[in-house]
Formats: sequence, C-alpha cells, structure tokens
Amino acid sequence: MSFAKDKTLIGLALAIPALLAAGAILPDWLRFLLQVSLASGLAALGVTLQMRAGLVSFGQGLYFCLGGYAAGMAGHFLGVTDAFVLLALGVLVPSAVAVLLGFLMARYREIFFAMLSLAFSMILYGILVKAEALGSTDGFNLPKATFLGYAPSGAALRFATYALTCVAAVTVAMALHRYLTSPMGFIGEAIRENELRVEYLGTSPRTIVHVKYVIAAAVSGVGGALAALSVGHIDPDMAYWTTSGNFVFVALLSGTGSVAAPLIGAFLLELVRIYAVEYSPYTWQMILGATMLLVILFLPGGLWSLVARRGRGA
Amino acid sequence: MAAVLEAKDVCKSFGAVVAADNITLSVNEREIVGIIGANGAGKTTFVNMVTGYLKPDGGSIRHRGHDITRLAPRLIARLGVCRSFQIPQIFTKLSVFDNLLVALVIAERRDRHFFRAVRRAATVADAERILESYGIAGYRDQIAGTLPQGVRKLLDIAMATVGEPGLILLDEPTSGISVDEKFQVMDTLMAALKRCGSTILFVEHDMEIVERYAGRVAAFYEGRIIADGAPAAVLTDPDVRQYVVGAELHRRAETREASRC
Repeated sequence: MSFAKDKTLIGLALAIPALLAAGAILPDWLRFLLQVSLASGLAALGVTLQMRAGLVSFGQGLYFCLGGYAAGMAGHFLGVTDAFVLLALGVLVPSAVAVLLGFLMARYREIFFAMLSLAFSMILYGILVKAEALGSTDGFNLPKATFLGYAPSGAALRFATYALTCVAAVTVAMALHRYLTSPMGFIGEAIRENELRVEYLGTSPRTIVHVKYVIAAAVSGVGGALAALSVGHIDPDMAYWTTSGNFVFVALLSGTGSVAAPLIGAFLLELVRIYAVEYSPYTWQMILGATMLLVILFLPGGLWSLVARRGRGA
Repeated sequence: MAAVLEAKDVCKSFGAVVAADNITLSVNEREIVGIIGANGAGKTTFVNMVTGYLKPDGGSIRHRGHDITRLAPRLIARLGVCRSFQIPQIFTKLSVFDNLLVALVIAERRDRHFFRAVRRAATVADAERILESYGIAGYRDQIAGTLPQGVRKLLDIAMATVGEPGLILLDEPTSGISVDEKFQVMDTLMAALKRCGSTILFVEHDMEIVERYAGRVAAFYEGRIIADGAPAAVLTDPDVRQYVVGAELHRRAETREASRC
C-alpha cells in the first residue's frame, strides 16, 4: 500500500505537527508527562511487536536500560552531548546485544522466552547495581544535550528535547508500521498461529523471530535513550522487573492493533497513575490493577479495539 | 532423467518399533502414487522423512538427484517438495485470503523483505486465482478457523501448492471429510494439482479414492513396501488383501461399531 493510501501512516505523519503544536501550549508538567510517556511507549511498542508473533517479553527493560545507559555513558564519560549521536548509540548498543542474545532467545517460546528475557534484564540490573563507577543504585546525570551544534538552555532546551522525542517516537512508529505490513512482519503473525506450517512453507520461523527480537530491542533502546535525555538521569531501575512489567501492562492495556496504541496507552496509564496517586495515595496500585482487570474482562483486544471497532462500524 | 523422488533403503525406528524398514521407492515425473497401509504401517513416517520432519536412521532420499535426507523442512520445501497434513495446518485466526498470502510471499521468496508492502497487486491477483482454482473463492474473507473440514483441507493443500511444487505429498487428503464431499474435494484438488504439473504422492485409507485417482499404488505393512504397481494389481495382491485392505475393512467395521456405542 502506498503512503498516500495508508491511513495509519497519514495519521502518524499528522501527529508530528499536532504534538509539536500541543507542546507549545500545554503546561510544562503535562508536556513532560507526554514526553516521558512517548519514550516508555516505545519500549511497550517493542513488547507489542513481539506479542504479535506470540512472544511475551518480561524483560524489555533490558533494552530500555541499555539504550539509556548507552546515551548516558557517552554523555557522562566521553563528553558527547549531541542528542542525535546519543540517540544513535541508544539504537546501536541494544541492537548489537540483541543480535547476540537473539541466537538464544529465538530458540524459545511461551513461558521459557518470557522467563529468559526477564533473567537477562535482571542480570543487567544486578551488574549496574554493583557498578560503583556507574553510580550503583543512584545512577548518574546526563550533561545538557545539544542539537547539531545548537545548544539551548532552560525552556528552549526542554522544548527541543520534547520535539526530538515526538519526532523520533512517531518516526519509529511509522517505520514499524511499514515493517508490520511487510512480508516479514506479516509472517510474524503467522508464526504466532502455526510455526510448523511456516517452516513447511519454506522459511525459517527462528530467523524471523530473531529479526523481530532485534527490531524490538532497537525500538526499546530508542525509548530508553529518549527517556534518559528527557529526564536527564539514568539508574538501574530502568532494567528492573517492575519497569519491564510496566511495559507489558501498557502493551496489554493498549492492544496490538496499531503501532500508535502503546504510545497512547502509555500516556493514558501515566494520567491514570497521576490521578490515582493524587486522590488515593495509599491504594493507587489497586486502582491500576482494577483498570487492568476491567480491560482484560471487557476489552481483551486492549483499548485500541474500541478504535478498531468504531472503524469497522463506520 | 532423474526421478522426482528416490528413497533408497530408508530406515527409521522409534525405540523397539520399526516404522520404516529399508523402504525403497522411486517416483517419476507427473506420476500419481497412492500410499496405502493399515494404521502404524509407516506411511506418515515416510512422508515425514521425505519432507524433513523426521531424519532417517539410515538410507538416502533424493529429489531430482539432490540429496535431501538431512535437510530441514524449509530447505526441502524450497527445492519444490511440499506437503499437506492429515490435520490441516492452517492459520486459524487469519482469513482464508491471508492464509494464502502468507504462503505466497514465502513462495515468492519475499519473506526477508521488511519494508515493502505485502499486498502487491501481482500477489493479490495470484491469491485470487488460486482461490478460484480450488473452488474456495466464496470463503475468501472468512476466518480460517471457522471453515468446514472439506474447505480446510482444500486450503491446506492450496497453501502447499502456491509455489507450484514439483512434488506434493498429501497426507490423507480426505480424512475427516464426509462421504458426500470426498470425491468433490478430490476432483477439485486433483484438477488444480494437474494444472501445476506436480507429481503427486498421497497417503489414503479409502480404497475407492485410491482406485479412482492413483496411477500407481505402494502398499505399506510394518514399515516395508509389500506391493508396488498398478492399482488393479496391488489391490488384488493376496498380501495386500490380507494385511492392508482387510485391515482397512476391519478398521472401518470397528469405527462403525464404535459410532453405534
């Protein structure tokens, strides 16, 4: 399908100016929330991508953290401040690690895949907690980012980082949409259904899962690098199992129907969390749990199924 | 010219059970070979070995001169040896059209493309043509998991043949299909397969189907081929009557008895 006929691509392309315009008028706290949500939404998008092939990663925090630390360490130790270089490192390092781990991960399915992914993320967490040079549990701060020689500060820096986050997140989502509607992405869905048949049709499910795993790592790495640039700080919690669990939570809440779903879902979840903490500081986890339960019971396809249903009805 | 399939002294055991005992079988271009035998005779084991699901303990399997004995199923499929399954292996949550689309993009070797559109005009046209030739165009947008058994079988076989394989192995193409439907299904798929020019090897319990569609019959018994030749000769062979056809009649009687209880 050409770009001009693809509603998802058109919608995503239009989202960039809309997000930039919104960033100019939204209060700082809400803009920051949107920015952080887009970053964590990318990691959730990595989870969603794998879910479309029937794989649930309980350790996507591994790549989120690697993306963040790759950007953070380049800034902190090498003095690299250019946001685009840091972002590139946030893609390359997780991708390289995923290429290697993928040889093992692509052999496993179901709970074994889930637990192995969790194990790798917790190994990274353990290493970072013990690494005093990297700030141990406290982590460390990133230097102020520059943008191809442009070195803003204060509000201009915050807006530039926001703009970079929006453009990067939406561009990644568009590229992933193309991937999912390509032969390789499409076969991924067939693998979820019947791997044996895919093999007998003449292709290697393991290779396709491996590629998908690397792409998911790259996407989550971008999310990690953007989160590091947005917050200006990184710590080992990025790899902790609760962070990975949060990505799975967002993926389930949003559904796998569209690449836009996890980005929107992450924002909605952050909003629910903020208001839940505000109005019910001692029981807010219960509110999040109840929200999840309601979604699973009444919208097993996630919140995006409401949009898809409306689209079919129209 | 090399035979399409040459199996020589192929052996396979599962513990003490010998599933294939020095099987030697050669199949020529455009032959239609029926494989018969009682349950446990080694028919499906043979198909599984030819298509790479099982590796033989001994012997060799060659396709048009290429040794395929130890190749993975996907590599064998790429050489043009495809199969259908006793229980149709389809993508139950995808539509019939999307099932064929998956098969087509793999057959077109576009499975490594990750940025181009899957629904190319030529691929869509091919999928439509295949749906027509198998008589399942009416089910185009139906989710495959909701199809009747006969249509599932046709879809399973259609998926296996999208790349017009040189050799197609059909494992019990009429199992699970009603008596009324079986000839209709076989007529449809044989016509489609002949258009592809495929050599056909099919496993079947139903002797009416074997007599009507096979040009040659190989009878299996306890992992060995006990008769191989023209259907009329093989089906009247005393050993075949005793061990295969008789066993089949016995199996049918048991099935009838069980259905009464």
